[in-house]
Amino acid sequence: MKATDIAAPDYFHRVVDCQWACPAHTPVPEYIRLIAQGRYGDAYLINWKSNVFPGILGRTCDRPCEPACRRGRVEEGNGEKPEPVAICRLKRVAADYKDDIRARLPRPAAARNGKRVALIGAGPSSLTVARDLAPLGYEVVLFDGDARAGGMIRTQIPRFRLPEAVIDEEVGYVLDLGVDFRAGQRIDSLTQLLRENYDAVFVGTGAPRGRDLDIPGRREAAANIHIGIDWLSSVSFGHIDRIGRRVIVLGGGNTAMDCCRSSRRLGGEDVKVVVRSGFDEMKASPWEKEDAMHEGIPILNFMVPKAFTHEHGKLTGVLFEKVAAQYDDRGRRQLLPTGEPDVHLPCDDVLVAIGQENAFPWIERDLGIEFDKWGMPVVDKVTLRSTHPRVFFGGDAAFGPKNIIWAVAHGHEAAVSIDKLCHGEDLHQRPAPGVSLTSQKMGIHEWSYDNAVSGDVRYRVPMKENRIALKDIKVEVELGFDPKLAFAEAQRCLNCDVQTVFTPKLCIECDACVDICPMDCINFTDNGDEPALRQRLRAPADDPEQALYVSDALKITGHVMVKDEDVCLHCGLCAERCPTGAWDMQKFYLEMTHAGPGCRNKRREANPLPA
Amino acid sequence: MTYLAKPKLHHPGLDKNTLGYTRRDYEGAISTLCAGCGHDSISAAIIQACFELELPPHRIAKLSGIGCSSKTPTYFLGSSHGFNSVHGRMPSVLTGANLANRDLIYLGVSGDGDSASIGFGQFAHSLRRGVNMVYIVENNGVYGLTKGQFSATADKGSKSKKGAINADAPIDLVAMALQLGASFVARGFSGDKTQLVPLIKAALLHPGAAFLDVLSPCVAFNNHPGSTKSYDYVREHNEAVNYLDFITPRSEITAQYPPGSVEEVMQHDGSVVRLRKLHADYDPHDRIAAMSYLQQHQIAGEVVTGLLYVDPQPDELHAHLNTVDMPFNQLAESELCPGSAALQKFNAALR
Ligand SMILES: Cc1cc2nc3c(=O)[nH]c(=O)nc-3n(C[C@H](O)[C@H](O)[C@H](O)COP(=O)(O)OP(=O)(O)OC[C@H]3O[C@@H](n4cnc5c(N)ncnc54)[C@H](O)[C@@H]3O)c2cc1C
Ligand SMILES: Cc1ncc(C[n+]2csc(CCOP(=O)(O)OP(=O)(O)O)c2C)c(N)n1
Ligand code: SF4
Ligand code: SF4
Ligand code: SF4
Ligand SMILES: [Mg+2]
Repeated sequence: MKATDIAAPDYFHRVVDCQWACPAHTPVPEYIRLIAQGRYGDAYLINWKSNVFPGILGRTCDRPCEPACRRGRVEEGNGEKPEPVAICRLKRVAADYKDDIRARLPRPAAARNGKRVALIGAGPSSLTVARDLAPLGYEVVLFDGDARAGGMIRTQIPRFRLPEAVIDEEVGYVLDLGVDFRAGQRIDSLTQLLRENYDAVFVGTGAPRGRDLDIPGRREAAANIHIGIDWLSSVSFGHIDRIGRRVIVLGGGNTAMDCCRSSRRLGGEDVKVVVRSGFDEMKASPWEKEDAMHEGIPILNFMVPKAFTHEHGKLTGVLFEKVAAQYDDRGRRQLLPTGEPDVHLPCDDVLVAIGQENAFPWIERDLGIEFDKWGMPVVDKVTLRSTHPRVFFGGDAAFGPKNIIWAVAHGHEAAVSIDKLCHGEDLHQRPAPGVSLTSQKMGIHEWSYDNAVSGDVRYRVPMKENRIALKDIKVEVELGFDPKLAFAEAQRCLNCDVQTVFTPKLCIECDACVDICPMDCINFTDNGDEPALRQRLRAPADDPEQALYVSDALKITGHVMVKDEDVCLHCGLCAERCPTGAWDMQKFYLEMTHAGPGCRNKRREANPLPA
Repeated sequence: MTYLAKPKLHHPGLDKNTLGYTRRDYEGAISTLCAGCGHDSISAAIIQACFELELPPHRIAKLSGIGCSSKTPTYFLGSSHGFNSVHGRMPSVLTGANLANRDLIYLGVSGDGDSASIGFGQFAHSLRRGVNMVYIVENNGVYGLTKGQFSATADKGSKSKKGAINADAPIDLVAMALQLGASFVARGFSGDKTQLVPLIKAALLHPGAAFLDVLSPCVAFNNHPGSTKSYDYVREHNEAVNYLDFITPRSEITAQYPPGSVEEVMQHDGSVVRLRKLHADYDPHDRIAAMSYLQQHQIAGEVVTGLLYVDPQPDELHAHLNTVDMPFNQLAESELCPGSAALQKFNAALR
C-alpha cells in the first residue's frame, strides 16, 4: 500500500467516527472533554457554532454519530451490550448547565453589505442560513406561514420531548442577529417573491403533507381518523387536547412514536402501534421504540390495515391482514399474507403516521426550477442550488423528509453557496475545512487529555416516572444527566480526535508499541496490497470502512508500520511506550468553514499596482 | 498522570485457546521498565508462547534474580507462581523448587549481570545438573538497573554510552551452556518475535535444561553507536541459522517449504519442532560443531541466532537422582519417614 497521507483533512477526520458521521461535522470529542471539565458554556458554543441548536438537538437529534461511535465497536466482545457514548444527551448537558452565553454570540451586523436574501419557511434549515448570513451584513428576510419560528421543531415535536422554552431560547438567538422575521406570511407565489429582486432565495419549507391511507371506511369514519402530523401540530397549537380511550396508531416511524406517546397523555389509555413490517425494520429509532414501550404502548408487527370498520358513521376499529416477510431470490423482502384469519382491533380513534410528502403548489413551473418525476426539485447535492441560479433548497424541502441535523447541514452549505454567489464566485469551489494537529504531550507520561480508558457501561438518562409524565403533555420526560452522571458518561468517550501520529524516521522497531497496545492495532510487517495486508495483521482488519494507517518503509528492516484504526482506544500507551517519540498523540481539530470571508476564494489583487 | 493500567478492553476478535483464555489473560501488571526496553518484548513473547501452548497459568512457576530483566516476571503470567530471589540466586532457588515439586513448569528469568557476574556459578551448576527448566537470560550487555555499567557479556572494544571502551573479554553464555551440557541451547533477539516465540515454546516443552540467550537492547544505556547490543547493531549483524515453527501433535502442517530446507525434530512428548534452515549445513544436533560455528561467526562480528543445539533425548536432574515420580511436596509423612525400625537398621549398618 502507499503510505497514508495524513495531511489530507479527510484521513484523520474519518478516524473521529462521530464527527465524520455528523452531517454538520460537530467536533464531538472536544465538546465532550469540555463537559467533563465542567466548561459547559464552552462546550455549548462549539456546538452552537456547528449545529445552531444544541439544546434542541441534545434532546431530539437523530444522532447518526452514535451508531458510528467507536465506543460501540470496542465494547464488542468485551461486555454484555456494546453501546456508543451518549453523545446526544451530553450535548443537552452543555445546554442545561451553561452560564449566560449571550455576550459570546455574534452581534447583528454593524453595517449591511447591500445584499438581500429571502428565506421561505422558518424551520431549522432556514434559521441556519439566517444565522450564517445575518452577521455578515446580509439583509435576511425570513417568511413563515406560522406565527412563530421553528418549523416542525415547534409544530411537530411534542413538548414532553422538547420544552417550548428551549425552542424559544435557541430560535431567539438566531432571530436576535437582526433577522427580519415576517411571521404569519405564507408565500403563495415564488414568481412574485422573485420579482422583489432578492439576490438569493432559499426554500426551507419542509415536507408538510402527511400521507393518507385510502382503504375502505376511510371516508365514512373520517371524524375519528386523523393524519398524524396534522394532529400533532393541532396538539402543539393547543387546538386538540383530548383523544379517545382506545387509540390505534398506524405506522412505524418516529411520527408514529410521537403520536402514540402524545395519545397516552391526552386520555388514550389503550394505545397500540400497528406496523406492516417487522419490529427491527421499523423506521423509528430504537430509543423512540423503547420509550414508547416503556409508556405501556404495545407495538404489533406484520399487520397490514385492510379496512376501517364503522357503525352509524362512527369508527369502531381497524381490520388487519396478517403477513410475514419472505425474501425472493434477489434478497428483496416482500410481505406476504400468512393466510391466518384477519384481526379486528376495536378503537375510538386512529392516527395515520405512514409518511410525509413534499408539496410545492406555490412554486410556478415556468420559473426555470426543474422538478423530477416525483415532484421533487432538482437540487445540486453540494451547492444546494436548484436549476434556477438564485434559488436554493435545503432541509426536508430539498431531498425529502430527513431530520434537524441534516437541515442544519444543508443550511450551512446553502449559506456558503449564497455568499459565494453574492461575491461572484464559482459555487462548486467549496472551502476546505479548517484543521489543526497539535501534540498533546506534556511530560513523559503526561498528556493534556485524560487518556485513561473508562470501563463503564453507558449511563441511562434519568426519566420522570410514568405516573407523573403521562399526566401532562408539557412535562418533559427525560430529566437529563446531572453533572456527576455527565462526567461519568463523558469519560467513556475515547478522544478519537487525539490521533496516533507516526514518524517513521524515528522508529527503531523495538516493538514496544506493538506489545503494549491493548487492541492489537499496531503491526510492523512487509508491505503488501490492501486486501492481503488486512488479513495478515495481528488482528484481521475486516472492516474496509476503517482505514489502515501505513507508513513509509523503515530504514533497517524495510518493514512498514500498519495500524488498523478500527478499534484504537486512543489511550496513548503506544506513545508512552515509544522510546524515541516516533509515536505522538496529536489533537486533530476540524471545523467546517461556514459562510464568510473564509469560504471565499483567495483573491487576486483587484487593481494591479500602478505602473 | 503516571503509568496507566493497561485498559481491560481487548480486540473484539481476540482468540481464545481451548482453556478459554485469551492472550490478554496471560499478561501481568503493567511494566515499569523504560519505554522501548527489549525486556518488555521478551515478556510479550513469553505471554504469546504460553497462550499458544495453552499452558494453564497455575502450572507455571517463574523465578528471577535481580535486575531490570529479573523484574519482568511481574509483567507477565499474573496468575502463575512467582519468586523474585536475590541477585544471582535464581538458579538455586529454582533447583530447590523443582526438586520439591517436579510437576510445575519452571521458567527462570535472569539478566546478563545476574547470570554472568554474581550468579555465574549458579548458572553453571544448574545447567550441568540438567534441571528441567527454561533459563532465559535477557542480555543487554549492561547492568541496566544500576545505570548501565558494562556487564560480563559486553563485547571487548564496545563503547559505553559515555564513550568508555570495554577492555575485558566477554563471556558468551551460549558457548558456556553448550559446554556445560544444556540439552537445549538457543539465541534470540527481542526485536524478532517471529523467531523468538517458537524458540520459547520449544524450550518450554523441552524436558531438560533449556537455555535461551535473548539479546535485549537497553534503550536507556546501551542503544548507541559503538554498542554491540543495540537494536541497529543486532539487526545488522544477525546471523540466523534457522527459524522454527513449533508444532504440537494436534496442529496441522500447512506451510510449504522447498525440499531440504526443513528438518523435523521429534520431541520426547511426541511434539514436533520444525526447523526452517537458513544455513543448509548447520546441524543443531552436533554440540561440538555448534560450538565452533558459534566462535567462528563471533570472531567475524556476527550474532548467531536460532536453535543452536537440541538433544532430542535429554535426561534431567530427577532422573540422575532417581527420585520418585510423585512430587516431594505431595508425599505424606508415612512415605517420607521410613520409621524407627528402618533407622535402627541403617544406623546399625554404620556401626
Ligand atoms: C412528528 C415529527 C417528529 C419529528 N421528530 C424529530 C426529532 O426528534 N429529531 C429530528 O431531528 N427531526 C425530527 N423530525 C423531523 C424534523 O422536524 C424535520 O426534518 C426538520 O424540522 C426539517 O426542517 P426544515 O428546515 O426542512 O423545515 P421544517 O421544520 O419542516 O419547517 C418548514 C417551515 O416552513 C413553513 N412553510 C412551509 N411552506 C411555506 C410557505 N409556502 N410559505 C411560508 N412558510 C412556509 C412551515 O410553516 C414550517 O414552519 C420530526 C418530524 C415529525 C413530523
Ligand atoms: C548482592 C547484590 N549485589 C549488587 C546488587 C546491585 N545490582 C542490582 S541489579 C545489578 C545488575 C543487574 O544487571 P542485569 O542482570 O544484566 O540486569 P539488567 O538490569 O541489565 O536487565 C546489580 C549489580 C544487588 N542488588 N545485589
Ligand atoms: S468515543 Fe468519543 S470521540 Fe470516539 S466516536 Fe465515540 S463520541 Fe466520538
Ligand atoms: S492509542 Fe496506541 S496503544 Fe492505544 S489503542 Fe490506539 S494504537 Fe493501541
Ligand atoms: S535501564 Fe535498560 S534494561 Fe533497565 S528498563 Fe531501562 S532500558 Fe530496560
Ligand atoms: Mg543486563
